Amino acid sequence: MPEQIPANSVGLVTPQTMAFDEPLPLRCGRSIDQYELVYETYGELNADRSNAILICHALSGHHHAAGYHSMEDKKPGWWEACIGPGKAIDTDKFFVIAMNNLGGCHGSTGPTSINPETGQPFGPDFPVMAVRDWVKSQYRLVKALGIEKLLAVVGGSLGGMQAMRWSIDYPDMMSAVAIIAAAPKLTAQNIAFNEVARQSIVSDPDFRAGRYYEHDTYPAKGLALARMLGHITYLSDNAMREKFGRDLRNGKLNFNFDAEFQVESYLRYQGENFSSKFDANSYLLLTKTLDYFDPAADHDGDLAKCMAQAKAKFLVISFSTDWRFAPSRSEEIVQALIAAEKQVSYLEVEADQGHDAFLFPIDDYVNALSGFLNRAQQEVHDAA
Amino acid sequence: MRPDLAIIENWIPAQAKVLDLGCGDGELLAHLSTRGVKGLGMEIDPAKINRCIARGVSVVQRDLNDGLTNINDNHFDVVLMTQALQVVERPDEMLREMLRVADQAIVTFPNFGHWSTRAYLGILGRMPMSKALPNSWYDTPNIHLCTFKDFEVLVNDLGFRVLRRSVVDREHNSGRLMNLMPNLLGEIAIYQLCRR
Repeated sequence: MPEQIPANSVGLVTPQTMAFDEPLPLRCGRSIDQYELVYETYGELNADRSNAILICHALSGHHHAAGYHSMEDKKPGWWEACIGPGKAIDTDKFFVIAMNNLGGCHGSTGPTSINPETGQPFGPDFPVMAVRDWVKSQYRLVKALGIEKLLAVVGGSLGGMQAMRWSIDYPDMMSAVAIIAAAPKLTAQNIAFNEVARQSIVSDPDFRAGRYYEHDTYPAKGLALARMLGHITYLSDNAMREKFGRDLRNGKLNFNFDAEFQVESYLRYQGENFSSKFDANSYLLLTKTLDYFDPAADHDGDLAKCMAQAKAKFLVISFSTDWRFAPSRSEEIVQALIAAEKQVSYLEVEADQGHDAFLFPIDDYVNALSGFLNRAQQEVHDAA
Repeated sequence: MRPDLAIIENWIPAQAKVLDLGCGDGELLAHLSTRGVKGLGMEIDPAKINRCIARGVSVVQRDLNDGLTNINDNHFDVVLMTQALQVVERPDEMLREMLRVADQAIVTFPNFGHWSTRAYLGILGRMPMSKALPNSWYDTPNIHLCTFKDFEVLVNDLGFRVLRRSVVDREHNSGRLMNLMPNLLGEIAIYQLCRR
């Protein structure tokens, strides 16, 4: 709980909901007839509506990117490090939009929503979303907010993939795109981790083929395991060593299978905490969305060809110890953008935190992002 | 602007696609962009990269010792490298990479054959140090120093051709004597190279 809200926070914020009646055709061939998107905004939209920045969230993210919902909140939004007055995404200058993606479990239509056809929760019947489906739904919300062109689309990890998809599908909709700690597609190893996560969920007896709402059960164990695995891939070897080493909880070995090492108890806590807040069907869906992302597939695997239609200026950022989406994966994006004659800047930030580094206010990273966005705003201003 | 950059600027056609290796804070590329040049910089120092980004110069982080594998053949019209050839691990491979990705290369480097360097070694019997080469032999980043003659032999061996050469002193001024005996009197050379 914040005793007092820090001066560089957007402060107390209230999520909003927008309902859509126009069916959303999906990549899988199905469509969603009606849906709701929950979102938050920070800062003020300027008179010519030219200062809007869309934030795309990662796997377990949501619309609550900055500020606090109440004075009782333990933590601020997930990207408090970068969004706020005077921060990299400066809410004194920019109008920031963050939304929860379809298929998620934080208020936008997803597996826990009621399926109007059955009167029951969608559960496993909720369609598997593709990144392009999300982007289409985000586009509709942005337009509904009266914004004809975004200043920028910004995202980390899976959010970076959405930013990339925006630049391909709606090239005239933004001046700048920042792709942070992302990859142009998942490797077999990435997919393998996701598959183990999914298997740990579906093999939980309480999963009940995804219909656990009706059976009044919940695959908490399976989801916790999935998260424990994911969490390992978000941290670097070094970060874990620094944080836990081989420290024992009770100072001695017990020769049993309880959580003896600090790292074990940390992972168990993270898993349990996550499974109490997240929906298992959502987790399955979101990991599939990640696995399917491969924009170059529509262009014979040629990423440069795929990016040719983009018009934005790009900033690509990676982190030295990120092994989930290693710097070399960002460099693939950069190489394609150069080959496609796009304006692109790239920075590999020295950071110990692994994949999670994109959530931290690391100087070189924050300076690159703010310099890039401020410059984009100046160029839009100069062109007007 | 640095005087050598002013000379280089005149060698770059308007609207050209230019790659600047070791672009620093992007001064030259920012200036060239006012003439319609489409530039990309490569730099290793994050602080300099951030100054490029803030002024709107496209720049990608790269250790030039890794080559230019991220760039397709003939992608650029001109590739530049100012005062950095002597610090890369393999200047010969660097030059080959440069003329793979661009039709023309512009390179500047300090002349180790300058009379003052020769005198330093010849009379003092020690590895030369000067304003241009301020480091001791053991901690210098300038690991591949050469004379103009050495450089021209390499260019020839690589099968490349010198299109233009401008020899200047440390203040980047030129003179008749310097042009008569460049390898003895020139301090910095600016070369424009192409494939044969």
